[in-house]
Amino acid sequence: MSWSWVSVNGSLIWQLTRQTAYLGVVPALIGLAISVPLGVTAARWRWFSPPALAAVNVIYAIPSLALFIALIPALGLSDTNVIVALTLFSLCIMVPNVIAGLRSVAEPVRQAATAMGYGQLRQLVGVELPLATPVIIGGLRVAVVSSISLASVGQLIGVSSLGYLFIDGLQRSFPTEIYVGLVLIIVLALACDLVLVGARRALTPWAAR
Amino acid sequence: MHTRKGLAAVAAIAVAALAACSSSSSSSPAASSSPSSSNPLAPSSAKGSVVVGSANFPEDELLATIYIQALQAKGIKVTPKLSIGAREVYYPQIEKGAISIIPEYNGALLTTSVNPSSTAATTAAVNAELKAKLPSTLEILNPAPAQDKDSVTVTQATAAKYHLTSISGLAPYAKVMVFGGPPEFKTRADGLPGLQKVYGLTFKGFDPLDESGPLTLSALTSGKVQAADVFTTTPYIATSHLVSLADPKALFAAQNVIPLVYKPAANATITDTLNAISAKLTTAALLAMDVAVISQHQDYGTVAAGFLKANGLS
Amino acid sequence: MSFFTFAWDWVTQAANWHGPGSIPHQVLAHLGYSGLSLLVAALIAIPLGIAIGHTGRGAVFVVNLANAWRAIPTLGLLILLAVLLGFSFVTWLVPLVVLAIPPILVNTYEGVAGVDRGVKDAALGAGMTGWQQVTRVEVPIAMPLILVGLRTAAIFMVATATIAAYIGLGGLGRYIVDGLASDQYGPVAGGALLVIILAVAVLALFAGLSRLIIPAGLRRQGRSE
Repeated sequence: MSWSWVSVNGSLIWQLTRQTAYLGVVPALIGLAISVPLGVTAARWRWFSPPALAAVNVIYAIPSLALFIALIPALGLSDTNVIVALTLFSLCIMVPNVIAGLRSVAEPVRQAATAMGYGQLRQLVGVELPLATPVIIGGLRVAVVSSISLASVGQLIGVSSLGYLFIDGLQRSFPTEIYVGLVLIIVLALACDLVLVGARRALTPWAAR
Repeated sequence: MHTRKGLAAVAAIAVAALAACSSSSSSSPAASSSPSSSNPLAPSSAKGSVVVGSANFPEDELLATIYIQALQAKGIKVTPKLSIGAREVYYPQIEKGAISIIPEYNGALLTTSVNPSSTAATTAAVNAELKAKLPSTLEILNPAPAQDKDSVTVTQATAAKYHLTSISGLAPYAKVMVFGGPPEFKTRADGLPGLQKVYGLTFKGFDPLDESGPLTLSALTSGKVQAADVFTTTPYIATSHLVSLADPKALFAAQNVIPLVYKPAANATITDTLNAISAKLTTAALLAMDVAVISQHQDYGTVAAGFLKANGLS
Repeated sequence: MSFFTFAWDWVTQAANWHGPGSIPHQVLAHLGYSGLSLLVAALIAIPLGIAIGHTGRGAVFVVNLANAWRAIPTLGLLILLAVLLGFSFVTWLVPLVVLAIPPILVNTYEGVAGVDRGVKDAALGAGMTGWQQVTRVEVPIAMPLILVGLRTAAIFMVATATIAAYIGLGGLGRYIVDGLASDQYGPVAGGALLVIILAVAVLALFAGLSRLIIPAGLRRQGRSE
């Protein structure tokens, strides 16, 4: 471990970390924005959920590098390529969670809401989604953590991130760079995970701690 | 001040157009590329600024960093795009102007991208042919005395076992040897096809490794491969007691470091600055800098700044 | 879609189906790396998961592992070992096994730990020893989740073996890494398509396996729910 390398390259490391955070967090957030309506649809119309879940299973089985490559003709060797691919993976993680979260809302709760005169939309937004929040955030946690870690594979198609430290470290046979990359990716992923745990507690004060 | 500039350039390495988080798709260092019907890996064409690129091995990143620092010292605005890939990947980009300047090796440039059937071997012959045959958008500046050639390299044990001093000596043994090199060596004219054509060598197999890096060293020393493509300025040739075989039939042409420039992006300041660097760059200086960045893990930026200062170029 | 055009043109070229480095050869190599790592990981993770699920000791560790393992960047782990150890068997086997263990361990643990209290009491009441409880009751009931864990790990292995081509391993990733190095999209797309097909085949294999292995009683129960 060469600490002098770390101290001299602070700005490089910082920029790579920011880029990794960007490539990891954005797909998870877009995934959240898409998976909620998709999941609501699938939970409402039951015929929609088996095909949706099957599709999700198959897409999730595609190796990340293969998906990046499949997207090259459309999106080139670009940030967008990696973001779109990781968004797809995030959807695969989150759609089943949204469906499970909505289905976990107990029938008596729904009946109570109906009895209080809640319409369908109000029931969804005011009762079902809040109750499903812990499960949805559970999915979001997995999505963010996976995206941050997978973003480094994007380096193989030239999309820069902390993955650069792996490649340069290999070429110079320089473990320090590789350790720094590994540690920062794991720390970044776990930090995002902690933020989401905090968000869940703040959003669902009624839930058991 | 030098440290400052060094830092900036180092930060640029690989970050290459990391740019801000909001950056567009053009910000990837490997290739700012957009789809093209003929080859999806092909890049999009140029933008305004001077873009200095490099291949994906440390020596070329170092050379690019020297260029970048020297140009910045002359007040030129530079966008670094380092560690792009092999020549096959970056050459189409500089041809279209997505990169403005890249440190090249004249012989490999000629046989990989310009004229695969070339037989030019000397620095003068190679440069003459390059000047004649490069596309009109590209030009080479003055070559540096420094050379870094591909070489067929074996371990001392292998050399002793087969009494090898030159590539010709491999003829009786090639069929029991596995050859290692970077993936593109398999198809390059001065790669496996050249070894076959010029020396009549057909190896038992080919193992794709890396650009004369640690995988190549480890494959050689562990016996995974018996011979490999190693660049002659690679520090581990000396430290690991490897033997680079002579090349009597000049398969590997002269490999002087030379700036390859996209003409529309060039001007007199750029040309003068890069030629001044070439004038001072000797093989010994290059090897010393390789030892610094590869063996001693010093920074590209620090080593580049040191070279420029020592030669009165900064 | 042009990805499929490129991939299909390359995959259907007869020249790519013969000789060293041909498609059948690389598919076998890919399956070899993935299968061997999965086997080693399963031999470690399944007994460990059963032990933790049965005794409850170490459960906190497993629960935390459930999400954390995804944070490990596979490329970095592979490269680190390549730099530290050079190229050897260990260089790829260790990271692949390390990455395959968590999903198997977590799912096995959850399957065994989640066995209904009443069922366990019934087994005890029927006079089963601890060993019999584990092998005749808890493991069969946990089997669906164990299979999910194995499936997740297997798919992960297929993906990771692809990336391992970067540190000099054979397999389908070779086409991708070599194609990228020499700027040829044909083999890159072809290799990627084959990897996708392999991953989906693994998915189908596990769907079939779960029909074969999961006890009929459990399956019926699953359907009626």
